[in-house]
Amino acid sequence: MSERRPKIVGFCCEKHGMDCVTLAARSERQYDSSVRLIQVPCTGRVDGIHILEALENGADSVFVLGCLEKNCYYDTGSIEGRKRVEYVKGMLAETGIEPERVEMFNASSSMAWKFHDIVSSMKDVAERLGPIRPGGGDSE
Amino acid sequence: MIVAKRKPLDEIAEMIAPYEKVAIIGCRSCVAICLAGGEKEVKMLVSAMKLKNRKDGREQSLDGFVLERQCEKEWVKEVEEKILDSDIVLSMSCSLGTQTIGDMYPHRIVVPGLNTAIFGVPEEQGLWSEKCLGCGDCIIDTTGGICPIARCAKSMLNGPCGGSSDGHCEVNLDIECAWYAIHERLKLQNRLELMEYVRPPKNWSTSHSGGRRIIVREDAKLTPHQKRGQEVLE
Repeated sequence: MSERRPKIVGFCCEKHGMDCVTLAARSERQYDSSVRLIQVPCTGRVDGIHILEALENGADSVFVLGCLEKNCYYDTGSIEGRKRVEYVKGMLAETGIEPERVEMFNASSSMAWKFHDIVSSMKDVAERLGPIRPGGGDSE
Repeated sequence: MIVAKRKPLDEIAEMIAPYEKVAIIGCRSCVAICLAGGEKEVKMLVSAMKLKNRKDGREQSLDGFVLERQCEKEWVKEVEEKILDSDIVLSMSCSLGTQTIGDMYPHRIVVPGLNTAIFGVPEEQGLWSEKCLGCGDCIIDTTGGICPIARCAKSMLNGPCGGSSDGHCEVNLDIECAWYAIHERLKLQNRLELMEYVRPPKNWSTSHSGGRRIIVREDAKLTPHQKRGQEVLE
């Protein structure tokens, strides 16, 4: 049986978030291909329902990547994004699902190393927790 | 408007757990404005419940939709088929909407997904404060437009209690003393003489203390003849 690959979804803002991803893609260090990136105009556009539906559709972990909070292209977009991520984490905790499946990160265009770190930390979470189902990842 | 708050998800899950087909119905009126039971909140609840069911290994059909106003029978009728097709209805509206569906379909189980909290005003984004208790006998013409019944913890009628300190309430120092606010407002309006106006003991029979209240406007009511005509049309 082939080894199951984790499913990671990342919502990245089209400004610093995607710039950071582009720089990371150009660097020598490769990031894990199990991550699916969704470009959004701003992390302030990411709503709780987007994150929940990503999990519902099979993502093991979801991250939101926006500009640095005091350097957001749209001023407060990444702060809005963080608040929504925190709300969703609260909802997940209420339903008994590990809130660490969802995280918010901030980076500037030049922080390619940070994107590598984000992907590897979310991959660790996805591998450790496995898919959302009775017994988590152990039942496969 | 009516301000409500979503119940904890484990409480909601416990209510709907024994049933296979769940209809989750939101409302686009007050509870949508207070971000408790509108379109987005219903979608998020459906999604969260689906995830919980997956985690718990439970099979359950969850169908979410939103009505324009859940406290009016005409709007509820629009989703009658879905209500009758479900095993349980989880109402994401204020208790009025929940009870409207319950009264219309008494053989159906209808449970609340929200805790109906206050008659409140959105002060700023994400913050609602109570400003009316619905006592049925409004006196704010003499209090500078500020309701001491709702905004004072003791519903004082003739000035502040001894617990008012630096304009704050002794019950909660984060809350402004209603009578301090009334004094400041009347001062602004050059109507401070109203502070000396003595209000007699309030007649609470117009409030909930007088029992369940029903308001009738005779000229708007349908005559028996009109009602029969409406029944025929339905």
